Amino acid sequence: MVVAEIRIELKQGVADPEGQNTKKALELLGFKGIKNVKSIKVFDIELDADAAEAKKAGEEMCRKLLANPVIQKFSVQIK
Amino acid sequence: MRSEEIKVCVLRIEGTNCEDEMYQAFRELGASPEKVHLKQLLGKCPADMKRELDDYNILALPGGFSAGDYVRAGAIFAARIKSELSKDIRSFVESERPVLGVCNGFQILVELGLLPAFEGTMSEHPEAALYTNISGRFECTPTILKHESRGKCIFTKRIEKGRMMLVPCAHAEGKLMFAKEKEEKLLAKLEENDQIVFRYVDEDGEYAGYPWCPNGSLSNIAGICNPAGNVMGMMPHPERVVHRYTHPDFTRTAADVNGAGDGKAIFESVIESVKRKA
Repeated sequence: MVVAEIRIELKQGVADPEGQNTKKALELLGFKGIKNVKSIKVFDIELDADAAEAKKAGEEMCRKLLANPVIQKFSVQIK
Repeated sequence: MRSEEIKVCVLRIEGTNCEDEMYQAFRELGASPEKVHLKQLLGKCPADMKRELDDYNILALPGGFSAGDYVRAGAIFAARIKSELSKDIRSFVESERPVLGVCNGFQILVELGLLPAFEGTMSEHPEAALYTNISGRFECTPTILKHESRGKCIFTKRIEKGRMMLVPCAHAEGKLMFAKEKEEKLLAKLEENDQIVFRYVDEDGEYAGYPWCPNGSLSNIAGICNPAGNVMGMMPHPERVVHRYTHPDFTRTAADVNGAGDGKAIFESVIESVKRKA
């Protein structure tokens, strides 16, 4: 069994209100010097497959459901 | 074709929550709506509950939080339709039957590739996104929409161009976006194809920012249709303002409180267009 770690993040230049609101909240809590907060989504998918198959399956999952290519990019790392 | 012969499939899965209002809107205008679970179209149900999409005249995707809005709003509902009902939905749209998506329904149509559908009926991957409001919050507020269609959209045939309508919105992800590098080109294409149906405006009918535009949508766009005009998606909820008395200002205007609400004309338009075609 392998674990495919799928990371979905916003493409460069796409506004990230969740990140911005989190930054604001952290600043309200008194944290100083925060330059930027970026929200990223990670799915850990346990798969009964070898590493190459898992990578292929993970990428297919991104194309079919996990990422919207208009605003997001994905990466699949096998652990 | 009489109104009651018009069968409307109000499609839902777990997490859909505006199917009752959608059903009621069509019902009050004399059509025959039915609330149908996706599994009934896929045959994953007792035999007597099985339904065929092809037996309906109109498909309506109501609002809600389908599948908990996990992954992205509408993405799971869209992926399930695409993997198992792709052929049926494609032929439904190609036969020029109307498909309406409101709120979560609009998000589903975009994820499905039925909107904006610049090329062909349904794109393989989404061509647009409805992403988190710039406020980062769920926005539940009345919005003023300006009707922008030059006549292509079959859901607004009874509404003159430029008319302003008060329609409530309630969503966290309603910001229409294109890929940054294609944004200008695709926006021009929407305009050229007469695919922009509604834009958010202020009280004077001017394109304005937040809070008039609740989500920061590209070019204030609230609703679009496909190039053929038979698939429309919009973020605000016309089914919530079929009657004047559900308008937030219903006691403060001269309009008859029992009269038509601003959303009614959308349902009238689509029913009329189905009747005319039959």
